[in-house]
Amino acid sequence: MSGDRIYPDEATGGFAAPPLSFEDREGREVEIRAFEPKELDAVSEMYADFDPADRAQGIPPTGEDRIEGWLSTLVEEGLNVVAWHGERAAGHATLVPDAENGETYELAIFVLQEYQEAGIGSRMMECLLGHGEAEGVERVWLTVERWNRAAVSLYEKMGFETSNAESFELEMSLRLH
Amino acid sequence: MNVLLGIAGSDESDDALRETVDRAVEAGDDLTAAILEGADHDRSADDLESQAREMIDDAGLDATIRRVSGDPGSELVEIAEREGFDRLVIGGGQRSPMGKIQLGSITEFVLLNAQVSVTLVR
Repeated sequence: MSGDRIYPDEATGGFAAPPLSFEDREGREVEIRAFEPKELDAVSEMYADFDPADRAQGIPPTGEDRIEGWLSTLVEEGLNVVAWHGERAAGHATLVPDAENGETYELAIFVLQEYQEAGIGSRMMECLLGHGEAEGVERVWLTVERWNRAAVSLYEKMGFETSNAESFELEMSLRLH
Repeated sequence: MNVLLGIAGSDESDDALRETVDRAVEAGDDLTAAILEGADHDRSADDLESQAREMIDDAGLDATIRRVSGDPGSELVEIAEREGFDRLVIGGGQRSPMGKIQLGSITEFVLLNAQVSVTLVR
């Protein structure tokens, strides 16, 4: 299914790598950093607080055990950035390599409800892609529910192009190198 | 109930077969299992048919197995309508590396186009 995925011809690079500190639109001090293993509990807690209505295509999973199992795959195999408001994880974005080739990466981003619409998501995207770029990731893809206009325009702003519009979800892709 | 099960040769359709057979035994459903020859799978239609036969026989069920050629989704929908099945059953929902559920093209087609109720086995 990923073997014939279409990617843009042109690379979109020059993303800022983490860390990145800024004040969000609500005046909160937020810092985005590459994930460190000792932060796993704080990120798990963020997902325990996640509103089920904000789930997409079955993730994040619900229940402590399922959240931990899912997160361990992401942090062991993928590249991750976390947005921090003090000690609290406000958002998490991840690039997970495709099992078949390890060259292409699937992207997902999650922002806790109370931190949404404050400019955190777009900065996390920037940092995640910057992190991926620095680590040599070449191609990134994602799927998004087509009614989720806010997410689609964020991805477009980052340089993602629609690569498959025939399914329930839109598939979008981007080339970093 | 008169049930039509589509077998496309994926892990999901193995699960669907198992669940549908169990349910048919319990509920006394009339089961027809359709081996979808046009589906994109690694196993041969003969393998799929003997696997289905074995599972059905082991359960002591009297079910029909048939081969369906042509476009799998539209054929399933067509047969269900033409022959008056009450329900269509398909497997569906593969997970991406990220863990996102993705529905295959046959599943999507059946969900959108079937006139009868569809059970998606997960």
